[in-house]
Amino acid sequence: MRVTHHPILGDLPDSREIKIQVDGKEIAALAGEPIAAALAAAGISVHRYTSEKSEPRGVFCAIGQCTDCVMTVNGVSNVRTCITPVIPGMTVETQHGVGQRRDP
Amino acid sequence: MREVDLAVVGAGPAGLSAAIEGAKRGLRALVIDRNPKPGGQLIKQIHKFFGSREHRAGTRGVDIAQDLFREARDLGITLMLGWEVYNLQPGRLQVVRSSFGETSDESPEASIAAKKIVLATGAEENAFYFDGWTLPGVMGAGAAQTMTNVWRVLPGSRILMVGSGNVGLIVTYQLLQAGADVVAIVEAAPKIGGFGVHAAKIRRAGVPILTSHTVVRALGESRVKGAVIARVDDAWQPVVGSELTLDVDTICVAIGFRPNTRLASLAGCRLTNSSVLGGWVPIHNGQLETTVPGIYVAGDVSGIEEASTALEEGRLAGIVAASAMGKTSEHDQQQLQAIADRLCSLRGGPFCQPIQDAKSELVELGEEVCPKE
Repeated sequence: MRVTHHPILGDLPDSREIKIQVDGKEIAALAGEPIAAALAAAGISVHRYTSEKSEPRGVFCAIGQCTDCVMTVNGVSNVRTCITPVIPGMTVETQHGVGQRRDP
Repeated sequence: MREVDLAVVGAGPAGLSAAIEGAKRGLRALVIDRNPKPGGQLIKQIHKFFGSREHRAGTRGVDIAQDLFREARDLGITLMLGWEVYNLQPGRLQVVRSSFGETSDESPEASIAAKKIVLATGAEENAFYFDGWTLPGVMGAGAAQTMTNVWRVLPGSRILMVGSGNVGLIVTYQLLQAGADVVAIVEAAPKIGGFGVHAAKIRRAGVPILTSHTVVRALGESRVKGAVIARVDDAWQPVVGSELTLDVDTICVAIGFRPNTRLASLAGCRLTNSSVLGGWVPIHNGQLETTVPGIYVAGDVSGIEEASTALEEGRLAGIVAASAMGKTSEHDQQQLQAIADRLCSLRGGPFCQPIQDAKSELVELGEEVCPKE
């Protein structure tokens, strides 16, 4: 849920709305915000499933520290969605396990 | 390879202050931070700070961050935001971009040569291992604060706060300000941990603070759908039969922080354990220099305290690092004395005396084991 009005911070500043693809579905995001913010605003809280027990994980620290929120972004695994800003057309996928190694 | 005099890791209050003092003395300074915005955790502090005028009492953290950023920019300090340090040794750091650029023509990696390095890497939130603690919807209170105040997205609508220290109390209030419903605060200790002035605001807002209570279970399959809390006995164990199920979609954990010492460890800095300072901390001398010559620490990485002490330690690190390179300004001695006095007053009082003692002990150890020039 976006905080559009705030007693201290005022109204949400106008930001350009862009689109990103999440597991094949288009969602709205605000330019400059991290991927995790767009997902939270869209009501998505599962970012990945663990490798052995396939347990869901989401945002824990939100400052790039804990790596719980990693997803596969533009084909790259283990991207920390809480510190990675959205880019128009970005593809974001729920990650299963530790992801795919991408050889250069 | 980029060459600078001073490389600072972390663009929070300590890191920016260190770079500012260095740049004022003529150092070419560079600050690296993995986050896209400068200011560290100040940017989510939308409350007015306590303390004295020197520590910006009455100013909101987010505004202090803006001021530090402007000062750094005006002094010509290079800010590498969205970059992560993945390796370092005295005199050299290797960094990699922590985000995607709009274009791919910029190299994602870089090496930096730096005569001195200040690690101002801050802290991380402690987790609490109750049943279901890994479910999406369980998060650090600081994470909820970042999402709400910086990103302007509420992490949930009905929230349980675990921990009644100042962070738990302040974040509860800020979640309410943003329109969430905080169902309760549970506190395992028999007394509220934070300042009475914060607790009073929470009580006036109608949020119950349940002392001698803890969370025992998060309910839900793919997201928190509820929380089971229970009373704890004198041995901190949940009392069977006292369980209560709360209808919440988010559980925030505010049970303290530990220093983020990963880069210090990587650099080979010796650590010591101090429960008062939050766990493992790099050993440092009175100049904030670690056991690895040329690598300094400042702020929460050298012991969990406040933004105000981080500002002072950052200034201290910047001045001593500059001085070690022969760059001084004529009022350095007075400034260092003033910083020492302010740190002493910040660490005074019954609430902070244990920190003062732990810091003194750490510095004593540092004076003993850190290499002498």
